Amino acid sequence: MNLSNLANALNQRKKQKQKFKVTRKRNYTDKSIDVPKGLYEQCPCCKETVNMKQTLENKFVCKHCGEHFKVRAIDRINLTVDPGTFVEKGLGYITLNPLFNEGYEEKINAYKEKTNIDEAYIYGYGELNGNPCVIGVMDSYFLMGSMGSVVGEKVTRSFEYAIYKKLPIIIFTASGGARMQEGIFSLMQMAKTSAAVLRHSDLGLLYISVLTHPTTGGVTASFASLGDIIFAEPNALIGFAGPRVIEQTINQTLPEGFQRAEFLEEKGFVDRVIPRSELKLTLSRVLRIHRRYN
Amino acid sequence: MDILQKERKLKELQSKIEELDNVELIKKIKEEIESYKNEAMSNLTAWDRVLLARHQSRPTALEYIKYMFDEFIELHGDRLYRDDKSIVGGIGTINGINVTIIAQQKGKTLEENLERNFAMPHPEGYRKALRLMKQAEKFRRPIITLIDTPGAYPGLEAEERGQGEAIARNLMEMAGFTVPVIAIVIGEGGSGGALALGVANKVLMLENSIYSILSPEGYATILWKDATLASKAAGVMKLTSFDLEEYGIIDRIIKEPLGGAHYNREETFKNTKRAILEELTELVKLQPFELREARIDKYRNYGFFQRFNYDNLGGVKR
Repeated sequence: MNLSNLANALNQRKKQKQKFKVTRKRNYTDKSIDVPKGLYEQCPCCKETVNMKQTLENKFVCKHCGEHFKVRAIDRINLTVDPGTFVEKGLGYITLNPLFNEGYEEKINAYKEKTNIDEAYIYGYGELNGNPCVIGVMDSYFLMGSMGSVVGEKVTRSFEYAIYKKLPIIIFTASGGARMQEGIFSLMQMAKTSAAVLRHSDLGLLYISVLTHPTTGGVTASFASLGDIIFAEPNALIGFAGPRVIEQTINQTLPEGFQRAEFLEEKGFVDRVIPRSELKLTLSRVLRIHRRYN
Repeated sequence: MDILQKERKLKELQSKIEELDNVELIKKIKEEIESYKNEAMSNLTAWDRVLLARHQSRPTALEYIKYMFDEFIELHGDRLYRDDKSIVGGIGTINGINVTIIAQQKGKTLEENLERNFAMPHPEGYRKALRLMKQAEKFRRPIITLIDTPGAYPGLEAEERGQGEAIARNLMEMAGFTVPVIAIVIGEGGSGGALALGVANKVLMLENSIYSILSPEGYATILWKDATLASKAAGVMKLTSFDLEEYGIIDRIIKEPLGGAHYNREETFKNTKRAILEELTELVKLQPFELREARIDKYRNYGFFQRFNYDNLGGVKR
């Protein structure tokens, strides 16, 4: 009895020693500090390390230079909508592969797991400082927020939901354009969403589109630039053709600040550039002015 | 061997005939050429159709207009900035019916192409088209658009003047017209630049034309990082008229003569004219409200996806 106990104790001691050795070894070889992933990130503008926990309180804006980071769709809703009022609509869409593109389904599934949403656009009912509206958000982390059949359908559905409820609609766009993998179907989504805007607009309802970084391609050329009121976030890239494509066609480097939100405001395609800290207040004020009591 | 090489070979054979003087031999060779032509031109791949759609001698929009319409008066300018030559617009009559015609015009020679900007419109072109279409709505004329463009022009000035906004506005306003709109893809239909004139009650397409979200070269570079795989991309992209009709994106295919539209222009024009007239007589019967709703509903139904039925749940709280 005693002997076996002793043997056990010895074995345990041995294991502990080995563990110690291993940890010591690791400490010596691996010099990097063990930090949870995503806690610290480098600001793309000023190259300063930023504590993401602190930026969350600061609405994902860099403390040092005021750079507006990209925001996930769910975070955007949390930032914008009054807590506890958001009800997501239009769930259960399944993306298919119309052109039988190799690896497209796997890609979609990987992004689904990574971002925890089922497509690049979510919408639902929400209130902004007590003003009811339909709110739709595109997520640029999901395959660059590209517009395929499902995104087009959900955008259209969000307009139809707004028509049904007679509510104004706010859409935050962040997209690389139409989804190439779905071919002609993606192209048709442009016409489909534009027609949805028309139907919504016919009933005298308000549509505010907020252009965030980046909004390019087929989304700019459809519902994003059809808002009654168009706001933009500072330094957001907004344009039809991407900067690289333009550089290739004209064989020149583009001037600084080209296709940015401030540039578009100067050219008259954006109503106002609003920093993120004032966005919710401005939106709710606009909604209040357009509110209809009937 | 693609279609252009086959064409070249045929031309060589035909030139060789002229050197001969034996009548029987000529007859024999001619028959052989004919059978070769039938064989070569009948089973076209998607890439062949892309090449045909971009063919140098393919008839351009103005040639169609000249043949199909009894008269045509061209109108210029968007009243905002300037006149864009890549889009031709105006009023005319077809078999006695007054119509407004909007077309994207490619050039034949390099000089012409430079003038027309290779049929890549600037925003002012789309705004001109919209102005003319609104005019058509006012005077209750049907609108006929001919689409032939590689895409909207991706340039510095185009961006400054709001290329995206111009296309978006066109898409929205075209969906809402209460007059019949017929769009015909006569060559290349590239991306948003083509769709901005293509929101129509009936979308027709010539047999060897293409209509796609971007060029096969662009598709190959984006997905496979290699522009030389364009011919493979064309096969994958489903951009031919037959594929699109199967998907229900277009309503009708207009038949072309063997070997492409440029082999027998008159026949192509005749077929196109007949198709337009048939569709027009159908559309004119509809009420203005019906036309508009039918058009919006048509575009509402495009999409390829599945939906799990969540209706009973009434949304999920986050």
